[in-house]
Amino acid sequence: MRHEPVRPGMDRRTLLKASLLAGGGLMLEATLAFDADAAVSGAAGAGDSRLSAFVAIAPDGRVTIVAKNPEIGQGIKTMLPMLVAEELDADWNQVVISQADANAALYGPQFAGGSMSTPMNWMPMRQAGAAARAMLIQAAAKKWGVDPSRLRTEKGRIIEIGGDRAIGYGEIASDAARLTPPDPKTLTLKTPDRFTIIGKPMVGVDSHRIVRGEPIYGIDTRLPGMLYAAYETAPAFGGRLKSVHVEVAKAAPGVVHVIPITGDGDYDAGLADGVAVIASNWWLANQARSKLKLDWDLSAAKGHGSDAYQTKAEALLAGSDKGIDIRRDGNPAIKLASAAKKVSAHYSYPFLAHAPMEPQNCTALFKDGAIEIWAPSQMPQGGKTAVAKLLALPEDKVTVHVTRMGGGFGRRLMNDYMVQAAAIARRVPGTPIQLIWSREDDMRRDYYRPAGWHAFEAGLSADGKLIAFQDHFVTFGEGNKIARGGDLGAHHVPAGLVDDLALTQSTIATVVNTGWLRAPASNALSFAFQCFLDEVAEAGGTDLPTLMLTLLGARRVIQSPGERPVAFDTGRARDVIEKVIAVSDWQKRSKQQGRAMGFAFYFSHNGYFAEVVDASVTKPSKIQVHKVWVAGDVGSQIINPMGAENQVRGAVIDGIAQAIAGQAIEIVDGAVRQSNFHNFPLARIPTTPEIEIAWVRSDNPPTGLGEPALPPVIPALMNAVYAATGKRVRSLPAKLDLA
Amino acid sequence: MAFQVNINGATREVDAPRDMPLLWVLRQELGLVGTKFGCGAGLCGACTVHVDGRARRSCQIQLGTVGTQKITTIEQIGATQIGAKLQQAWLQVDVMQCGYCQAGQIMSASALLAVTPEPTVAQIQQAMAGNICRCACYNRISEAIQIAAGSPKETHDAA
Repeated sequence: MRHEPVRPGMDRRTLLKASLLAGGGLMLEATLAFDADAAVSGAAGAGDSRLSAFVAIAPDGRVTIVAKNPEIGQGIKTMLPMLVAEELDADWNQVVISQADANAALYGPQFAGGSMSTPMNWMPMRQAGAAARAMLIQAAAKKWGVDPSRLRTEKGRIIEIGGDRAIGYGEIASDAARLTPPDPKTLTLKTPDRFTIIGKPMVGVDSHRIVRGEPIYGIDTRLPGMLYAAYETAPAFGGRLKSVHVEVAKAAPGVVHVIPITGDGDYDAGLADGVAVIASNWWLANQARSKLKLDWDLSAAKGHGSDAYQTKAEALLAGSDKGIDIRRDGNPAIKLASAAKKVSAHYSYPFLAHAPMEPQNCTALFKDGAIEIWAPSQMPQGGKTAVAKLLALPEDKVTVHVTRMGGGFGRRLMNDYMVQAAAIARRVPGTPIQLIWSREDDMRRDYYRPAGWHAFEAGLSADGKLIAFQDHFVTFGEGNKIARGGDLGAHHVPAGLVDDLALTQSTIATVVNTGWLRAPASNALSFAFQCFLDEVAEAGGTDLPTLMLTLLGARRVIQSPGERPVAFDTGRARDVIEKVIAVSDWQKRSKQQGRAMGFAFYFSHNGYFAEVVDASVTKPSKIQVHKVWVAGDVGSQIINPMGAENQVRGAVIDGIAQAIAGQAIEIVDGAVRQSNFHNFPLARIPTTPEIEIAWVRSDNPPTGLGEPALPPVIPALMNAVYAATGKRVRSLPAKLDLA
Repeated sequence: MAFQVNINGATREVDAPRDMPLLWVLRQELGLVGTKFGCGAGLCGACTVHVDGRARRSCQIQLGTVGTQKITTIEQIGATQIGAKLQQAWLQVDVMQCGYCQAGQIMSASALLAVTPEPTVAQIQQAMAGNICRCACYNRISEAIQIAAGSPKETHDAA
């Protein structure tokens, strides 16, 4: 096996600490090295990062596993414990999951982002389970006076091979707690053929509570004496509070406090100026906001708007200055000049909001020089640090409890609402405050997927081969500092596959906060690159899957240049492309007017995905998706098929909505025009297509699945629209007029 | 001002303004947090409850207009046969990702099955169109409703 998914033992940096649980039983803390780079690329990396896993086995046999990463609906709260339970040979029905607070010293990195949880935890979590199992076996062997090799385990029990004796984990756990933990090098992990939990469809650990409406989300937090806060901020980005008249709002029903707050001047990631209205019921607080008389200085945002950015971007794309090189191979300008055929096109896409269903909220209690926080945050440790800084407290005076989240999609990687709640709670010591944003607040104070513009040029040889490729990308930022979520990597396909290629970028300064939306950058770049390559394929007299296979060539791993090289396996790319062509019967597709198939491939977050969309277009502008075929390779093992398939379907439908539901955030003088779901429409059930998923299992450690299935569906759909209508969609959201 | 409202079979007294939406009465006056806040504008369906058996958006119902109508929320829906079947079906196919909208989904689905015990896919889509699932678990929502209705649907998973 190329990447040796199962290592024979554990290394010297593993630390095992066993202790007796209060009330009896075993508590095992395993501190382990993880090496995400190695897990992902197969290359030997530094491997000096550490994380810890906690397993407790009570005398009644119950196994408590700490879920340390935030749950946003990606299924991690179920999946990481599955890894521990597998190697422990636990009875899954006896496993209890407990959600960890934010604590970097105790757990190592805790975040939900970048589809990183799977590669980071795949080995360490299994090693922790194996260590606990070894200790239980050791204890039973001692009790019975037999060699540990005479014992096997199954569903939370230790069984004597060829004997009559058996004992439950709970009954031996206290004995195990008194043992010295084993030498990590003596531990071995299961081979995949012996998995009984990994690879089996497991229902989410919170699902039974969700269907009964139990209080598990951040917004459900209830504390004695708690009051609710709404926070009025400037109507445009960068706005500063000039004057405040609060008397009328203060007299409104239910209002207890009205507190003007001066921000920290950091309008990107910090605390924005605003006025907190605190009441006995959030609706009353929110109603009273309209009675505030506030005067804002909005001059910083003047002239910042979607139209102005569009004009600037078009001027940049038309100019002779192609900006800064992201990557330059060979001499594409010369190759283009001599090419037999040239293709050029401009592509663009808008700002997008995240709009998770649970509006931003955070509960905070400031008391006796410390603050306790209940937060739906994808990056709780970052929030903890930011709050400590704001309140000038040492970090050990900041406790962050991580709640389940009503969606994240990258929005809750930013902790602005946590910082606001802390700033408000500090002003009313001893009173728990729950800050809730209205949907309008959420829509207007997001960290948007940045808009972007591309000017592509391609040169083809006389026999239709792609011999030169250029992309001039206009994004947001200043010089080399690119706005969050607006970066184009040097590894981006077709880079590395065309000898003469240039990826360059120019930037526009913005006051608009930008951020990471599910499959950051990829969710936009996929559209531009794969749709343009569809044009190239057509110009070369072929189709996109054939062009891609030709470009990919022989099976090999390509390393991109730069400080953070990305490994791209052309063989894995080939396999998913060939798979989706087969399952969708691509070669026999009909090309009737008004209904057709489109294809796209995309590589992101270490996942390889090829997708085919069957869509129809009816006059004047209605696009309907009938079916989507997905072929994906995220490694050797789908850990929880129940969650994995849901992630893929959700990503596909999400991508379709980004393309055709009419999603766009428009900015005028730094203010966001959209406000709620009527003017930022999300996917709804009537437009849901059938989605067929085919996994390609390669000999690689498993990688994440929250993101990589999304990017290819957008270009696949737009390529289908072209095949059905003859009209290229080069700007999102798609606007067709076939009348 | 004090109002008497019938919630989940019991009469509850609420001292709140007449125009406070039922959603905020449930969540913050009565502690019934299963009904979720999503948009506050009747656009997403997260706050769906039953009013005399019909699915309604509680963010659009003023407290003063409830009168003697019977309100049922997600906390009580499992006590009905249809509600219990739906909850079971929801778990059978593990519909949810983040799960935040699912209370509203189940309330809309149970109102549908009460009137249309064996809905077609088109009827399901029509009845559920007002409920947004941002994670887009729509294939499984449709599947779970069909299971609860006793007409299991073939899935297309290639697990």
